[in-house]
Amino acid sequence: MTVSVSLTVNGEAVSADVEPRTLLVQMLRENLDLTGTHVGCDTSQCGACVVHVDGESVKACTVLAVQAEGADVKTIEGVADGDTLHPMQQAFHENHGLQCGFCTPGMIMSALDLVKNNPAPSEKEIREWLEGNLCRCTGYHNIVKSIDAGAAAMRG
Amino acid sequence: MYNFEYRKAGSVDEAAGIVGSDEDAKLLAGGMTYIPTLKQRLASPTTVVDLNGVGGLDGISADGNGVTIGAMVRHAAVAASADVAAAIPALADLASHIGDPQVRNRGTLGGSIANNDPAADYPAALVGLGATVQTNKRAIAADDFFTGLFETALDQDEVVTSVSFPRAGKAAYMKFPNPASRYAIAGVFVAQAADGVRVAVTGAGPCVFRVGEMEAALAANWSADAVAGIGIPADGLNEDIHASAEYRAHLVTVMAKRAVAKAG
Ligand SMILES: Cc1cc2nc3c(=O)[nH]c(=O)nc-3n(C[C@H](O)[C@H](O)[C@H](O)COP(=O)(O)OP(=O)(O)OC[C@H]3O[C@@H](n4cnc5c(N)ncnc54)[C@H](O)[C@@H]3O)c2cc1C
Ligand code: FES
Ligand code: FES
Repeated sequence: MTVSVSLTVNGEAVSADVEPRTLLVQMLRENLDLTGTHVGCDTSQCGACVVHVDGESVKACTVLAVQAEGADVKTIEGVADGDTLHPMQQAFHENHGLQCGFCTPGMIMSALDLVKNNPAPSEKEIREWLEGNLCRCTGYHNIVKSIDAGAAAMRG
Repeated sequence: MYNFEYRKAGSVDEAAGIVGSDEDAKLLAGGMTYIPTLKQRLASPTTVVDLNGVGGLDGISADGNGVTIGAMVRHAAVAASADVAAAIPALADLASHIGDPQVRNRGTLGGSIANNDPAADYPAALVGLGATVQTNKRAIAADDFFTGLFETALDQDEVVTSVSFPRAGKAAYMKFPNPASRYAIAGVFVAQAADGVRVAVTGAGPCVFRVGEMEAALAANWSADAVAGIGIPADGLNEDIHASAEYRAHLVTVMAKRAVAKAG
């Protein structure tokens, strides 16, 4: 038995037929081919799957796809402006904010939610905000630097 | 995840009716506990009844007596509420340290207390402030609400609708968080509550509990020194890979001291 879900993803109206048990992240990756959103754990702890639902960062592995009916979802694919990286993406690039890159989409979506409410976060605030995003490569230091630089670039 | 039927409830009564007539139907609030449970196939509900979208459960209101917070209010909204910060700052502070930002954007007050995880933060605030839980059927005092490990006084057809927290004098919460999840390994809420001094402990035992000896000591002398010499027995406390029962007992005294110091 499937249910039809209609929502907006990265500004486009889309719909998919999913089972009630389908997770939002599964629908994004498997029905909509948006594989930039990653799945890193089974315990809602790693943050590789972070997307924005109606403007707020959430773990897409811990929301049912059917719950996104009518929602406005933004994924990492919707962040750049065509071929021009978003200032936050550019900052990760310039500050070596990634190694394998697995955690990066979640880091960037989480960082954008932080900067939305707090345009000039301190290093401590950035580190605390990243509580829900795990990285197994970088040791976080360059991620924090990247977010600091990205926030500065976004302030202009 | 096992499959289930998904129903979006239109009202509290509709939700209560569905779970009341089918003991394998389950309510869904923020999903921050229940969806991981489903993913691990630890539950196989027939129907999942979504409370998201039910009107009237997401308000925060304050008056001279205290604050009333709707069951579907997210942790992030409690943390950011000017009303909560003005009436009971310790409660806003507690909410701001639950899990991580994404958990706080989804997780709800009602879901947290209905779940009654032994390491959850809110139970300490409810018992520490002497709050009252309102359901679709009745009002339940916090002291009677949390009945055991993942157990509450809620009936199968009962839905939490709000919690009323009375204003307190000095109050604060301190926890020793699990470094991965931020759940409390031991957390202590101290308050000069409406009905006297309360000291509520979460994380350490199977269910939130009060420490009468600390309450009496603080009623006589509100200072960190007053609780410094009061230990609690390790017997029956939680023991896991993160901490032994003895370590948790030790942490309770340390967190109680720090909470009193933080309350000022
Ligand atoms: C990574 C991670 C870290 C976390 N860290 C912490 C932490 O540091 N401290 C902490 O306290 N918690 C923590 N949590 C748990 C979090 O606070 C959850 O939000 C909370 O425990 C459950 O609330 P929910 O709204 O998500 O409920 P759900 O998961 O939707 O539901 C939980 C249970 O409550 C029932 N229920 C929900 N709403 C109602 C209602 N209104 N009436 C009756 N029954 C209801 C459901 O049927 C279900 O059984 C963490 C969770 C995660 C994933
Ligand atoms: S995949 Fe969502 S938190 Fe890990
Ligand atoms: S860059 Fe590899 S997990 Fe973060």
